Amino acid sequence: MSKKAESNFDEMYYADGSVRPAYSQYQDWFEKQDPSDMRLKDKEAEGLFRRAGITFNVYGDTAAEERLIPFDMVPRIISGNEWRKLSRGIEQRVRALNAFIHDLYHRQEIVRSGRFPERLLRQNEAWLPQMVGFTPPGHVYTHIVGIDLVRTGPDEFMVLEDNARTPSGVSYMLENRETMIAMFPDLFAGINVQKVSDYPARLARSLAACAPPATTGKPVIAVLTPGIYNSAYFEHAFLADQMGAELVEGADLRVVEGRVQMRTTAGFKPIDVLYRRVDDEYLDPLTFNPDSVLGVPGIFDVYLAGGITIANAPGTGIADDKAIYSFMPDIVEFYTGEKPLLPNVPTWRCAEPDSLAYVLDNLEELVVKEVHGSGGYGMLIGPTASKKDIKAFAKKLRAKPENYIAQPTLALSTCPVFTKAGLAPRHVDLRPYVLVSPNGIDLTPGGLTRVALKKGSLVVNSSQGGGTKDTWVLDD
Amino acid sequence: MLGKTANAIFWMFRYLERAENTARLLEAGFRMALTRGGDAAGEEWRSVINTLGMDEAYEAKHESYSGPEACDFILRDRDNPECVMAMVENARNNARLSRTSITTEVWEAVNEAWMTLKGLLTRQVREANLSHVLYSIRREATQVRGATYGSMLRNDIFHFARAGTFVERADNTARILDVKYHLLLPSLAHVGSRLDAGQWESILRALSARRAHREVIHAGKPDASGIAELLILDPRFPRSLAYCYDTLSENLSALAAIHGQESQCNSLMREAETKLSETSIDDIFDRGLHEFLVDFISSNRAIANAIAEDYRFTH
Repeated sequence: MSKKAESNFDEMYYADGSVRPAYSQYQDWFEKQDPSDMRLKDKEAEGLFRRAGITFNVYGDTAAEERLIPFDMVPRIISGNEWRKLSRGIEQRVRALNAFIHDLYHRQEIVRSGRFPERLLRQNEAWLPQMVGFTPPGHVYTHIVGIDLVRTGPDEFMVLEDNARTPSGVSYMLENRETMIAMFPDLFAGINVQKVSDYPARLARSLAACAPPATTGKPVIAVLTPGIYNSAYFEHAFLADQMGAELVEGADLRVVEGRVQMRTTAGFKPIDVLYRRVDDEYLDPLTFNPDSVLGVPGIFDVYLAGGITIANAPGTGIADDKAIYSFMPDIVEFYTGEKPLLPNVPTWRCAEPDSLAYVLDNLEELVVKEVHGSGGYGMLIGPTASKKDIKAFAKKLRAKPENYIAQPTLALSTCPVFTKAGLAPRHVDLRPYVLVSPNGIDLTPGGLTRVALKKGSLVVNSSQGGGTKDTWVLDD
Repeated sequence: MLGKTANAIFWMFRYLERAENTARLLEAGFRMALTRGGDAAGEEWRSVINTLGMDEAYEAKHESYSGPEACDFILRDRDNPECVMAMVENARNNARLSRTSITTEVWEAVNEAWMTLKGLLTRQVREANLSHVLYSIRREATQVRGATYGSMLRNDIFHFARAGTFVERADNTARILDVKYHLLLPSLAHVGSRLDAGQWESILRALSARRAHREVIHAGKPDASGIAELLILDPRFPRSLAYCYDTLSENLSALAAIHGQESQCNSLMREAETKLSETSIDDIFDRGLHEFLVDFISSNRAIANAIAEDYRFTH
């Protein structure tokens, strides 16, 4: 174990090397396994993923190679107790997020109260003036939310990011579990793990509960994908398939008689709820980007007239901006009247002169992120960056401070991964998936654990060498 | 179901069928070339490439017809958009497009076919390895067919899949017959010659019909017209035009029943089926086999277009 890893919280082992209770059954099982069998299983897992076609395309890769996200077969285990606590924090946060977005597009009480600066709205590309005054069916903005959590100690979970637009990765949560069950059925016979397999059914139920006023009969759900060359196409097809919904592209849709309709072999049929995996900008060439061929001309008018539900609602991106993230503790308090159960990671807004000065003085210890960035691109990780990189970054930061936020380099928790030399600790995060409908907030026990497979690395993004793990919530 | 999905299913099965038939034709050509050698072998390869309709693309790239070059071109050459690997890729892309309509078994069978063949066809195929590659193509296609039969609900999706298979198979059988006949039997005077017997043998091989042919010989028809009758009119032989149309007609009737109405493709189908059932092999030879086949291929294409139109494949 490296010195660095020792100072981190390890989710499986206490500092003295003894195993934590949530992992004790797994540990007993693991010790009985033959290491060479386990190495074979590791290969087998890759074969299972390839056969199922659980791959992603890499943008700009001309060879159109399909890649696998590496899978680590040691589960990440969360006790029932830990999960119950987490759930309360997540639910509170998601409730606040929805209330916040509703407020921003209506009376803007939070701005009037002086607890949220209006400039953040005006500057924000995710802000959609077309949504002002409109309330989506069921009052739901974020039908599906992914809350990225990191852990730094036994009781310290923090929110790193809120994904309120189109959080991806849920298919890995499901397929990782399927793979584990296929490879280690005996493990599941002995340990009570809460199931995740009903997520698609929950999603379908939750979306159906948000059907628009125009719906007659059982709500018709469709998943809108940009197409087979999109990096997440597998997931779009997977979710549509599992929900029994149609998988549509813009070219399949047309506005007919005030409804968005899909071209079937028997003519056009109305869609009630559209789970879109296409960004706001491309949704409707008549309202947004006129060059978009991925969307449906006229869908936005149908939406405003109550003819269709779009999930997530257009304009929700306003809530997952990193500059707005820094206000989340206030936002939670403002709308729920309660102290946030889940803290934020401390964040400096570089737009504020005092913070900027502090950040510039301490770059070598901080993580600096672009406000609108995603996927781990365009960020600086101070402790591992070279002097030259830091200098270059400081220049960018001074030129456009409002574009950045900074956070301390966290001592992220580790969880063991399987290596040829046995178990070794690696840094992890966690993205649970939260469904919102008028019937309430529905949280599937588990989520996507991303793991930085490189020793010492803190970057878990799949685009930069991250892998995934099955995430267990124990039924204890 | 979506028109786009029906289109994807239809084409997924067309491409799979075409990939398999291409492999069969290549196999037959390889056998023929082996037993002949020299210029005659070159001629055999020219005929195979011609049957596949790849002659223009081939001649743009190669000056002469040889076994290794022809095999590579047919199996895996990126300059040939109709090569087997490209068809398997097309089939898989269409399977991805219609992923929500096919079962996991079918998807995994197509995906594994693609993975296996991609592995076998990354490098030029050595002659010693050719029969293994051709075997693998047939085997993978059989796997997909088996998964389809064994796991798919008999609904509209299934009928579009089968319609794609039989439209393509009918076309392929007709083309194989046409080129062989057209090139090698310009007049009826050649019927019964030695060369002729060899050519018919290669057709039987290309269509996996040698076993069926032995049955026909038992029935006392060992001549070219007996073979033609088997391949065109015998409803028991699964690659004959008659069998393809019996099945296609059932699929199209089922689609009409599911959609609650008959459409253009059903009337074209009925017309074509009647025509085929009222024709004898003597009529075909009297009128000219080539003319018969050209008509057939064109009316087959019309049926395919009508299916796409009737079921809103693209608009």
